Amino acid sequence: MIVINGLYKNFGRLEVLKDINCKVNEQEVVVVIGPSGSGKSTMLRCINKLEDATKGQIVVDGIPLNSEANINAIRREVGMVFQRFNLFPHMTALQNISLAPMKVRKMDRAAAEKIARELLAKVGLSDKAGVYPEQLSGGQQQRVAIARALAMRPKIMLFDEPTSALDPEMVGEVLAVMKDLAREGMTMVVVTHEMGFAREVGDRVIFMDEGRIVEAGTPEQIFANPHNPRLKAFLSKIL
Amino acid sequence: MDFLAVMLKYLPVLLMGAVITVEVTVASVFLGSIIGLFAGLARLSKNKLLYYPATAYVEFFRGTPLLVQIMILYFGIPQLAQSLLDISITMNPLGASIVACSINSGAYIAEIFRAGVQSIERGQMEAARSLGMSHFQAMRYIILPQAYKRVVPPLGNEFIAMLKDTSLLSVIGFEELMRRGQLIVAQTYQTFPVYLTAALLYLIMTFGISRWVAYMERRLKTGDSH
Ligand SMILES: Nc1ncnc2c1ncn2[C@@H]1O[C@H](COP(=O)(O)OP(=O)(O)OP(=O)(O)O)[C@@H](O)[C@H]1O
Ligand SMILES: [Mg+2]
Repeated sequence: MIVINGLYKNFGRLEVLKDINCKVNEQEVVVVIGPSGSGKSTMLRCINKLEDATKGQIVVDGIPLNSEANINAIRREVGMVFQRFNLFPHMTALQNISLAPMKVRKMDRAAAEKIARELLAKVGLSDKAGVYPEQLSGGQQQRVAIARALAMRPKIMLFDEPTSALDPEMVGEVLAVMKDLAREGMTMVVVTHEMGFAREVGDRVIFMDEGRIVEAGTPEQIFANPHNPRLKAFLSKIL
Repeated sequence: MDFLAVMLKYLPVLLMGAVITVEVTVASVFLGSIIGLFAGLARLSKNKLLYYPATAYVEFFRGTPLLVQIMILYFGIPQLAQSLLDISITMNPLGASIVACSINSGAYIAEIFRAGVQSIERGQMEAARSLGMSHFQAMRYIILPQAYKRVVPPLGNEFIAMLKDTSLLSVIGFEELMRRGQLIVAQTYQTFPVYLTAALLYLIMTFGISRWVAYMERRLKTGDSH
């Protein structure tokens, strides 16, 4: 589903990603962990071209990421959820969700709103259709953001620390939505510090440090039997 | 003659000048907003063919006095046309006034729009793009509707500045408020009461605009996110 080959990314002289190679299969849930600044967000953002790779190749769903036309095609297939939600503050929850299907997929309003309502129900917010983001709690905002991404019917979902900006009591409701998605067979790449989620839902865990993938394996292997000393140090701090 | 009597006597003529001042200001800020929107967006573009011309435009018209710009347009351009192309053109004062003020205003408004767009959090554009929207769609549906609220107060200031600056149009004989005053003074030598009346009329107009902007600002704030 996603193939990354020899990916490098520099910001000016700063090398943020160094020779990233990895593959995500269909219906797989890959959890990315690693210390702050290790390049997790940057890797995710390269997958839907919010950042341009400096070198290397990324193929998403058989489409190589190169021309502008391909980029728009890929963005339609890849949903992204951000740490800071990034809901559109001037639109209601329903409008946030139905806008892209209408403008990008050229759906008519009735069809787009029907999908939006279904998705709101799915994330447990049926009663919030007409509400603006500022009136929602962080957890509710993030669930709307997930619904918004799902409205494009993506084949892949990218999550960049979706629960890091949330108060602890709201983390569970967002993770529950993500678990549902995983159970339904969505292909997911999730950057998170929620080790419980990684163990329970992750098919594979990737540990990044200083711009490289240092160790990868099943959650079992990574958590119970880590090899790399930096991974061991990281886990001892976080678990 | 009593000052007050002079003021009242010439008030109607000056009022008609004030109406023309308002008309030219509204037309110029309106056209300037259209120019400014495109120039402002061009200044945000990564495309050098858009960025550099727009930047040159903004720098030139903000970096030179409006009075000089008016003189170049009204007196300079006809001479240029005469000597280069051997055609004689006579400028229409109204047309030249609106053109000069619109282009000047556009340069300031470009910067207002640019700042407004840049004040919107980067995540908004990224979220829109990640949903497959084109850059244009993201601007149209996400960025500009949010930026427009932040642009109202500085646009109000530009409106006030432009209204006062239209008095410079008197140098080309365009009969707005200031020019009307000059003409009356030339006939009557009643310098103080006539210019004082003009000043009061300017004050009433700028005060009206600033009240209106404050009202808009309050309305936009109460409904901040919608
Ligand atoms: N737009 C940018 N310009 C310059 N440097 C950047 C930019 N974005 C990220 N970086 C740098 O790249 C490095 C990796 O950043 P990245 O956000 O990918 O890390 P991360 O693993 O997601 O960290 P965190 O856990 O803090 O989110 C950091 O040193 C960061 O400062
Ligand atoms: Mg990050």
